[in-house]
Amino acid sequence: MKKREQQEGRWRRGAVLTAFLLAGFALLARAVELQVVDRDFLQDQGQARHMRVVEVPAHRGMITDRHGEPMAVSTPVDSLWAHPGELLAAGERLDELAQALDLSPNRLRMRLEARLNREFFYLRRHLAPEEAEAVISLGIPGVYSQREYRRFYPAGEVAAHVLGFTNIDDQGQEGLELAFDGWLQGKPGAKRVMRDRLGRVIADVENIRSPRPGADLVTSIDLRLQYVAYRELKAAVREHGADSGAIVLMDPRSGEVLAMASQPGYNPNSRSNVSPAQMRNRAALDLIEPGSAIKPFVMAAALESGDIRSDARFDTSPGQMRVAGHTVRDIRNYGELDLTGIMQKSSNIGATKIALKTEPEALWRTLTRFGIGELTTSAFPGEAPGRIRHWQEWRDIGRVTLSYGYGLSTTALQLAQAYAALANEGQMPEASLLHRENAPSPRRVISAGLAAELMAMMEAVTEPGGTGLRARVDGYRVAGKTGTVKRSGPGGYADDEYQSVFVGAIPASRPRLVGVVMIDNPRGEEFYGGAVAGPVFSQVMSDAMRLLDVPRDRVEAGMESVILRVGGES
Amino acid sequence: MAADSFSVRGNDSNGLLGNLRLDGPLLLGIALLSGFGMIVLYSAGGESTSLLIRQLIRIGLGLAIMVFLAQLPPVLYRSWAPWLFLAGLGLLVLVLLVGETGKGAQRWLNLGFVRFQPSEMMKLVVPLAIAWYLHDRGVPPRWWQVIVVLLAIAVPVALIVRQPDLGTALLVASAGFFVLFLAGLRWRYMIGGLVAAGAALPLLWAYLHEYQRQRVLTFLNPESDPLGAGYHIIQSKIAIGSGGFFGKGWTEGTQSQLQFLPERSTDFIFAVLGEEFGLLGVMVLVLLYLFLFWRGMVLALRAQDNFGRLVAGSLMLTFFVYIFVNTGMVTGLLPVVGVPLPLVSYGGTSMVTLMAGFGILMSINSHRRFMH
Repeated sequence: MKKREQQEGRWRRGAVLTAFLLAGFALLARAVELQVVDRDFLQDQGQARHMRVVEVPAHRGMITDRHGEPMAVSTPVDSLWAHPGELLAAGERLDELAQALDLSPNRLRMRLEARLNREFFYLRRHLAPEEAEAVISLGIPGVYSQREYRRFYPAGEVAAHVLGFTNIDDQGQEGLELAFDGWLQGKPGAKRVMRDRLGRVIADVENIRSPRPGADLVTSIDLRLQYVAYRELKAAVREHGADSGAIVLMDPRSGEVLAMASQPGYNPNSRSNVSPAQMRNRAALDLIEPGSAIKPFVMAAALESGDIRSDARFDTSPGQMRVAGHTVRDIRNYGELDLTGIMQKSSNIGATKIALKTEPEALWRTLTRFGIGELTTSAFPGEAPGRIRHWQEWRDIGRVTLSYGYGLSTTALQLAQAYAALANEGQMPEASLLHRENAPSPRRVISAGLAAELMAMMEAVTEPGGTGLRARVDGYRVAGKTGTVKRSGPGGYADDEYQSVFVGAIPASRPRLVGVVMIDNPRGEEFYGGAVAGPVFSQVMSDAMRLLDVPRDRVEAGMESVILRVGGES
Repeated sequence: MAADSFSVRGNDSNGLLGNLRLDGPLLLGIALLSGFGMIVLYSAGGESTSLLIRQLIRIGLGLAIMVFLAQLPPVLYRSWAPWLFLAGLGLLVLVLLVGETGKGAQRWLNLGFVRFQPSEMMKLVVPLAIAWYLHDRGVPPRWWQVIVVLLAIAVPVALIVRQPDLGTALLVASAGFFVLFLAGLRWRYMIGGLVAAGAALPLLWAYLHEYQRQRVLTFLNPESDPLGAGYHIIQSKIAIGSGGFFGKGWTEGTQSQLQFLPERSTDFIFAVLGEEFGLLGVMVLVLLYLFLFWRGMVLALRAQDNFGRLVAGSLMLTFFVYIFVNTGMVTGLLPVVGVPLPLVSYGGTSMVTLMAGFGILMSINSHRRFMH
């Protein structure tokens, strides 16, 4: 019995040791299998886990004004994203994350669950790099960050409408950002990096392709003038309780737009509560009827075609006149007027009589030559071409209303370009929002002599007795034209709603700037173009002349004696 | 026997170790393993010295308990075994009622000054109790004695599974079965039991927690859920495999250092070793364990009475299961069961229990009487 027991015990020990030896052998065999046989495969798998080819974002080109002042710059930011599956598996840590991001934990959980089959979900975009790092350092699984660039507009509201903006993915959406998106956009590079499980890059392993940053864009804008234009326009729109306003300053020789502002405006750096109306670049997008501001071109057509002569005089009494069942009115009875007088007083009857004497085709051709009803070369996205009906469709009344600026539409930008032709000795430049060292040669639209004649007439507008007296600028001669247009709506023309326009060139002796000011629906006592838009022009140009250091071309009547007296005393 | 030349006889040895009733080779094995473990742990813990210091404190505490338990005579263990067993059962019930929860399991009792895990204690108490029951009842145990033993195993194991703590339950059950086996359980009972266990598998399946079922399913096909439950296994296989023969070098393992490897300083520390020290490191570890296991078995076989032999044998065999379950899990041979790598993984409770086990082993060895 004892012996059997011992034998049994020995057998038992043997069985146990054998089993254990087998288990130990299995373990070692497994280690060999993993570390020798499958080594290469598992090493690849391991590398696939921590080696990643990641995109190296390229920053978008900078937009500057003509002097290199930054107007739109890209600053590095970090966006946080999550792998929904990994993050949901983190359980209670999700609440911690929600708290750090100031989100509702339940909403976050719901949104993640809805995206369980995806691998990518943005938690919060465009955080300052320090803020993103603070969240990442919580070490919550499934939370990652990626470098992006955010657009910042140093001038803020001042140049908002010209520049437009980009969306959160850095793609141009409006304005120059959209027009020159391809130019501004960089080309992302790629690199191989070593990452840890939390997606933090531990080391750069290899550079596959360097990112190519976007090209910079130099605009034609002069930020100093832009600011002045913005400030005065905003003040005027507020003062008159107007719906909107637009202003354009153009160099008449090159066609470069030096300033372009609209109201109402918005801050492009924080666009959360911005309405489409605020984002509208009215200078290029809003169609206006030019009103009396069209008269110089009507005059140009009549004089050029020889239908009237420079010394022609027209009787405008008694201040109203019936044409084709329609009554044309002046503000009062101006009696007999020469061409300068018609321009100075902005006589609709005078303009009507001139138009009626002019061949419709010649009138149409001239207006079209000045670019009325055609897109400019600004390339601004969404620019309106305006419209002028073909002369063969005109009836008499059409020709008459056209002569004082109704029945055709244009934009502030287009008007600036047309007036630039008058200011540039009859040669029309191509409107441009980009700075151009060598502007294409302007196109001659009328003779230099005719342009000078018209400029002289337009100077009278800002002289005593003219409608644009309040557009005067101390020390400079201004050639301009006022316009006051009844607003047209769905039901025809409104009786007491107007658009006030002033267009002018300064200094008239050798114009450096053409300016268009348009105020839509001023609600105060005043609504005439000379009274509402004129002062804006005056103030903007007064500052602009000083900023551009333009020599004066006029000695004020009062100042003359002061200077003489000072000189006499010394 | 060569082993005898190492042995320290409690009654007639004058050495320091002998006076402390400690076994030199066993202590050497423990020291080598813990030292090797500390080296791996330094890397696995992100080169944190404070982690090492805490581990060192635990090893020190474990050694103190080992020395203390080695002083108590085996008779004392034998006479206390039934009472310890009842007390352990009571504590397990208490854990389920008022225990503290951590990581989704209710395992701890807060005694005010220390948090205590009664299931750990059962790893020692269950084999002691069963050895007490069987040591003087003749060989092989009768069928009704087997039933009693099986009940004494099943009750605590069921309570531990409820917590849930599958890993500890598995080790407690193994410890109990090994005593039964060493006591001469009939082969036909064993085979019958295996068949019955196979038949009971579906029942067990129903009893398992959802996450435990998931672990088994994941084990059968880890790639089915690479981001979820299969992640642990896949990552640890990758880490071990990418170590190759010589490893990537200490603290150079990308999978472990970049945190792709989960639980790298605790249950999955073997994968860190595999990645950084390669197959060579794995073999060194296996040799160290083998040495410890061999020495432990020598001591167990030398035990003079049934009680000592049963207890010592069961403790060493369980120690082996401990190692095998952990390494098998990390290498993907076995399902993921939360069992640490003995003497290497970071963590206090298992370290203390292991040292206590070695203490009991040394007590059994050093209190032998010589009868020639």
